Amino acid sequence: MEIDINLSQFHDIFFEESFEGIEIMETELLNLSPGAADKETVNTIFRAAHSIKGSAGTFGFSEISDFTHNMETVLDKMRNNELEITQRLISVLLSAVDSLNNMLISHRETKPYDATLVENVSAQLEKLSSHTTTVNTSSRHESCSHEKQAGGTDDSPEQRWRIGFFPHEKLFYTGNDPLRLIRELQTLGDFAIKAEVDNLPDFDDLDVHNCYLGWRIQIQGQITRAQIEEVFAWVEDDCRLEISREIERRSTEDRRKSPNQSGRRKTDTEHRSIRVSTDKIDNLLNLVGELVITQSILNRVCIDQGMDASDKFLECLEQLERNTRDLQEQTMSIRMLPVDNAFQRIPRIVHDLSIAQGKQVTLEFTGETTELDKTVLEKIGDPLVHLVRNALDHGIEPPEIRTSKGKPEQGTIKINASHEGGYVILRISDDGNGINPDRLLANAIEKNLVAEGEELSQTQIHNLIFLPGLSTSDEINDVSGRGVGMDVVRRNISDLGGTVDIWSEQGVGSTFTIRLPLTLAILDGQIVRVGNQIFIMPLHSIKETVIFNERETNTVTGKVELYKYRDEYIPLVRLHELFNIEPEENTDKPELLVVFDIGDKHIGILVDDVIGQQQVVIKSLETNYKSVPGLTGATVLGDGSVALILDVLGLAAQHKESDSRVHTG
Amino acid sequence: MAQILLVDDSVSMREMVSFTLKEAGHDVIEAEDGVQALDAVQDNAFNLVITDVNMPNMDGIMLTSKLRQLDSYRFTPILILTTETSDARKQDGRAAGATGWIEKPFDPDSLLSTVDRVL
Repeated sequence: MEIDINLSQFHDIFFEESFEGIEIMETELLNLSPGAADKETVNTIFRAAHSIKGSAGTFGFSEISDFTHNMETVLDKMRNNELEITQRLISVLLSAVDSLNNMLISHRETKPYDATLVENVSAQLEKLSSHTTTVNTSSRHESCSHEKQAGGTDDSPEQRWRIGFFPHEKLFYTGNDPLRLIRELQTLGDFAIKAEVDNLPDFDDLDVHNCYLGWRIQIQGQITRAQIEEVFAWVEDDCRLEISREIERRSTEDRRKSPNQSGRRKTDTEHRSIRVSTDKIDNLLNLVGELVITQSILNRVCIDQGMDASDKFLECLEQLERNTRDLQEQTMSIRMLPVDNAFQRIPRIVHDLSIAQGKQVTLEFTGETTELDKTVLEKIGDPLVHLVRNALDHGIEPPEIRTSKGKPEQGTIKINASHEGGYVILRISDDGNGINPDRLLANAIEKNLVAEGEELSQTQIHNLIFLPGLSTSDEINDVSGRGVGMDVVRRNISDLGGTVDIWSEQGVGSTFTIRLPLTLAILDGQIVRVGNQIFIMPLHSIKETVIFNERETNTVTGKVELYKYRDEYIPLVRLHELFNIEPEENTDKPELLVVFDIGDKHIGILVDDVIGQQQVVIKSLETNYKSVPGLTGATVLGDGSVALILDVLGLAAQHKESDSRVHTG
Repeated sequence: MAQILLVDDSVSMREMVSFTLKEAGHDVIEAEDGVQALDAVQDNAFNLVITDVNMPNMDGIMLTSKLRQLDSYRFTPILILTTETSDARKQDGRAAGATGWIEKPFDPDSLLSTVDRVL
């Protein structure tokens, strides 16, 4: 029975697995240091290459298989200490990993890849492997106990063969069965067999697990020697085999039996883990979100109706609430991945860049197992890379300068991840030169980003680095100046609901601290009221709430309204005006100003009342309605009403735009 | 119909081999390396073990010799998945007690016909 199986159904898994393999190879290659061969590290790289090679061949990607074979040859020599590990060797292997990655990507997307580049790397690999003393790669099975007959042509039509097959006593211990071999031989042609029982011991000495018999077989048909050898290939070391040929003319059909197959049956197997599409998880998360809302509505209904419910009922409700919360936590944890997924690209970048710039850098990771939502994780990669590039490019000094300053030649970049409250904190610190505040300030003034003579604190100056259009390096180079500025880094991080802060001391180094929410699906919200509208504000960036005093407001050139908050003037946002809400009349309750921390700055948002705090499930406005400036989303409150979630960072940015227009205009 | 233990650290190979064997009506239990495989043989009586060679924790050669030390697996067919170039590995496998091998790359049909040789 032929089974028709479409191999392309396994391609996705193959690609996914191969990309994982590539990551492993890259990471481990970067762990290798010239000279010292850590056998386990080389083995791990070898295994990854070997695995890709085997699967690629099976799934029909022969170029990938061939290419990985070249890598494997080099790696094999490395692990057998036949090839010295040099920086050059590591570099070639790294570029091979890149080429492999490109080949995989282009196969996945069925696009062509740069074949010359691949050939080039292939040639380098081959050159590397030929550098060593040539090793014999045994090509055919050789040296078994049968004597090969010289001269016979194997493909002549009619052959009669005499075969002597004398298994060693221990043949059964390899799981091989002479009967199976004989039956298989029988399928090749006309067949006659005679058993040799000379070696059979006395019954008392007989061990049933041993094989004492031998066989003499005559077989004829269109049979080649290779076919016969193939039958005995698995046992050639466990038997005495004599194959000889007689010429005969008689035609017999080659009746190769197709293998027997029994009927189909699917059975469950044990799985330690299963792969599930992220869509399914997101849907689940969404549903759980709805459940949380329904739960709070239920609670609200109970309270509103002054339910004189029985204890039992309230008990159940409490239980339900606990279960719902646990369910929500569990569901969210499905999306959580260790943060080192986002660190993966960094060692390679540091490796390449430090070589290019002639700097020596040690990279230290801590807290890699800290878990973070998958979406956050995917989006934090680029900002992280940018910060690390910056640290290496602008921070870490060349070795000679470091030595002259009494610092160790080798610079250090530390990346630390940790949990703090409901947040994940990522710290990127270097022991480089730090930020030169004078130069930064001069630069900002020159670019009209800061008014001449403005008094700024040290922290405020450091935070200038996040302004658009500012580069601290006097010359833009192709490393950090790739059109992506620190403003983009900050914007990306705030899009994730996070913040980034800088600490720096000249001559000592800089530290960037990124604070990220554990998940994008849920927000700790402050509920506020403006007129008859309810809004949610992100609790984490609220600094404090103060009583609003109209006399403290100040309008700059008739456009931007500022409020005197403590000793500084902060931008003031009136939500009534922004969203066209009827203000409250005849109220003697004072209005409140909620003050937010936006990096170094503050912004004040005017509200009528501050109601309470609640965890809310964020619903996207874009998918359900359309994107609205000043809002990040909406949520459903306990009473079933919809509340909009304010985008405080967006509001601040809007303010800044009109602010700069005032300055320049 | 046979109970088959499939040992491979590559998910794609595992899926492909397992799918093929199940299509042919066999029961397949999967393990990711030698250590997991030794666990799995505690609870199941397999008629055949198919194992990759290069795996973390415990490779297929070591697994084969460990299985041969177990009374119930002395005579069980063990096939190793290997690449055609690795003759040395075949020798190692045979020395450890493997029944035979399946050379990578292979297609589903040749996999099934090899499996049928030993069942």
